[in-house]
Amino acid sequence: MVFTLKINGAPHEVDVDGDTPLLWVLRDVLGMTGTKFGCGQALCGACTVHLDGQAVRSCQTPVDSVGDSAVTTIEAIGQTPQGAALQKAWLELEVVQCGYCQSGQIMSAAALLKDTPKPTDSDIDAAMSGNVCRCGTYHRIRAAIKHAAGV
Amino acid sequence: MMDGPIPREQITDKAAVSRRAVLQGAGLLLGFALTDASTEPIFAAPASRVVENEVAATFAPNGFIRINPTGAVTLVMPMVEMGQGVYTSLSMLLAEELEVKLDQIQVQHAPPNHALYANSIIGIQNTGGSASVRAFWTPLRQAGAVGRNLLIAAAAKRWNVDPVTCRAKDGVVFDATGSKHLSYGELVNAAAKLPVPSSANVKLKDPKDFTLIGTRAKRVDSAIKVDGRALYGIDARLPGMKLAAVAISPVLGGKAKTVDEKAALAVKGVRQVVNIDEAVAVIADHTGAAKKGLEAAAITWDDGPNGKVNSADIVKQLEEESTKPGAVARNEGDAGKALAEAAQRVAAIYQVPFLAHATMEPMNCTVHLQKDRCDIWVGTQAPTITQSVVAELTGLPKDAIKIHNHLIGGGFGRRLEADGTVLAVKIARHVDGPVKVIWSREEDIQHDMYRPYYLDRLSAGLDAAGNPVAWTHRIAGSSVMARYYPPYVKDGLDPDAVEAAAEPPYALPNIHVDFVRVEPPGVRTSWWRGVGPTHNVFVVESFIDELAYAAKQDPVAYRKGLLGHNPRALAVLSLAAEKAEWGSPLPARHGRGISVQFAYGSYTSQVAEVEVAADGSVKVKRIVCAIDCGMYVNPDTIEAQVQGGTLFGLTAARHGSITFKDGRVEQGNFDTYLPMRIDEVPLVETHVIRNAEAPGGVGEAPTAIVSAAVTNAIFAATGKRVRKLPIDSDSLKSSS
Repeated sequence: MVFTLKINGAPHEVDVDGDTPLLWVLRDVLGMTGTKFGCGQALCGACTVHLDGQAVRSCQTPVDSVGDSAVTTIEAIGQTPQGAALQKAWLELEVVQCGYCQSGQIMSAAALLKDTPKPTDSDIDAAMSGNVCRCGTYHRIRAAIKHAAGV
Repeated sequence: MMDGPIPREQITDKAAVSRRAVLQGAGLLLGFALTDASTEPIFAAPASRVVENEVAATFAPNGFIRINPTGAVTLVMPMVEMGQGVYTSLSMLLAEELEVKLDQIQVQHAPPNHALYANSIIGIQNTGGSASVRAFWTPLRQAGAVGRNLLIAAAAKRWNVDPVTCRAKDGVVFDATGSKHLSYGELVNAAAKLPVPSSANVKLKDPKDFTLIGTRAKRVDSAIKVDGRALYGIDARLPGMKLAAVAISPVLGGKAKTVDEKAALAVKGVRQVVNIDEAVAVIADHTGAAKKGLEAAAITWDDGPNGKVNSADIVKQLEEESTKPGAVARNEGDAGKALAEAAQRVAAIYQVPFLAHATMEPMNCTVHLQKDRCDIWVGTQAPTITQSVVAELTGLPKDAIKIHNHLIGGGFGRRLEADGTVLAVKIARHVDGPVKVIWSREEDIQHDMYRPYYLDRLSAGLDAAGNPVAWTHRIAGSSVMARYYPPYVKDGLDPDAVEAAAEPPYALPNIHVDFVRVEPPGVRTSWWRGVGPTHNVFVVESFIDELAYAAKQDPVAYRKGLLGHNPRALAVLSLAAEKAEWGSPLPARHGRGISVQFAYGSYTSQVAEVEVAADGSVKVKRIVCAIDCGMYVNPDTIEAQVQGGTLFGLTAARHGSITFKDGRVEQGNFDTYLPMRIDEVPLVETHVIRNAEAPGGVGEAPTAIVSAAVTNAIFAATGKRVRKLPIDSDSLKSSS
């Protein structure tokens, strides 16, 4: 079935089964590989994208559920004020190690700051505990979110 | 670990690359043609394109430096980046002596080439063992200095002045007055024609003149990792590429019994079903279709000989085998006699579980197998081994196997193994055109090559004053070394399995340490971050803690008393204790624990502070780490590795355990093999000792040391000794 998806401001037409996870549409069909596959079960957050500004796990988001929602991925999150501030903070505080989970980390953090511009530690715990980092960059993720938020 | 002879298949490479070939530039230097030579850095590559490894350049005085007339400086990275910061630290070593700024460079993954890129500590071109900076500290500085000397010589010749009157800075050569200057790009054509000085004879900078080494320079790979541009193996894309989802026999050695190919092929986008007995792959236009097709295939399995394997039997086998003497790692004095005569005796059994690596990037490999060549797109810690095994598997010559290495989304030792590539090639044999094989998270966890389960038996004798007069330690478990680097195992002794156990940092007059190799059936074992010391430091540092309490002494004071001969170990121990306010009062069911280690060429000590609730749940509140890794390259990287490495070890101590039932791994995804999450993270403080000792490794040190600090703290808080990992909260409940 053909779906027209609004991704990072541009329409994309894809012909896949309706139950195909958005993750694989982005990565394999459209070649946008910044969004990562980590677990396939919404347990790690590596595949986080935004639907109308809300963080969702694209590995558990069937393409037929997206509808007219605006999809934003890591490739375009820098065009939002939260995304730009977070990417800058990530660089200033040298958050990344292997980097594989960081697309999802930044997407979750951007959704957090959009709703909660001045997050507390417990806000950060709640918003970010769905995102796994096996390198253990959590100290710097927390610090960078605070740095970006100016708290 | 990993020191020693070179595996046989690697040795022949060495003579093949002549000095002349080296001077002729990248194409010949690598011994195969450049099919898509590019000066484009991988970091600037568009996401839709996979960039070849090799860079052709006008000026290529050695394996590491490529400079073009445009001034583009490419540094070739002999070790792979998997988060540990090695692309930054190795670039800093080169750039310091080459006299270029880090933001003037681009980096490329080195192709497999033992002669040019082997790690001298490991013996082959493998990234691991916390050995990258240690091995390349001098060679890369020499390589940079050779480049600088040649560029300066070219400028001096142009100006007809003595080269010693010229200097280089930020990619530009200046004359004595500073009025004349030429950029490296303007000099490369002339420099390439000059005789290359011997790297052993170039003068290196005095460390006091370093402007880059030792600074908190920014990582060279950060920018591409915050906006989705970074390309990992899983991101490889090729024209006509198909995607494969794979199901591997859940029992090692089993075979597919029934496969509903028709149902799989009925799924939109599915093109093909490949059954190779040990695994079934569904090939499709995208991974979503491939996974759906794999599910529809409803595969049933014939378990084969390992269908009855279970964890209890594996442990029982270790318990039995560990009663027998093993290969002796160390025997000094007469431990048996001293034990018999001791005023007090202490004995204990320790156990650590099988562990999965659970890298964030699941196992994957893209293969294009053609009649006369095989291209592999993968992130690997072992490019030369990968090339060799694919050559063997395909029957193609090694130089027809093109390894396109990538950034690695977490290695931790998993990418030292080529099993994922072997499986992908076996599948690709049946596929026309390139195919990317991606394992599900469950396949990744259940078909890992695990850190071995070890069972250790220890005994010690104390004299009347509580000092240890006898120490015996028997380690029983799988030998990774015997499979991976067989020549390193002599007379049954696996040097990795006993590392940090054969040579504890303490003065122990009568000591006997041996190793009993016990291979569990139906389980593949391999290297896991921290290797031998990750297991042994937990055991040794727990047991020395037991001795301190048996001697009724403070654990820090007791260790200090045994470290008089070992000033660097004493210094890190003292620093960690001081920074953690060792000895200051704590509330009930709170405790501090300490551990100290010498491994990977570095001295490390940690103090953990924990709180154990009445229900037994453990909160690790704070970890203070002191590290002496000699001369260092980037203190910010050290701090990052201490933070992350500590959490990696702590995750395992708290949650990590792979178990078997009916030949199958019982864990599958992050809900059953638990990662640490942000809300569980303790404070981690890093204190780096600055000195002029030889550089030591950092990436694994904090992983190896943390478990004992935490379990010793649990003992201080509860009086309960944790002798088996992971920590079992039920055993720590308050008895009141």
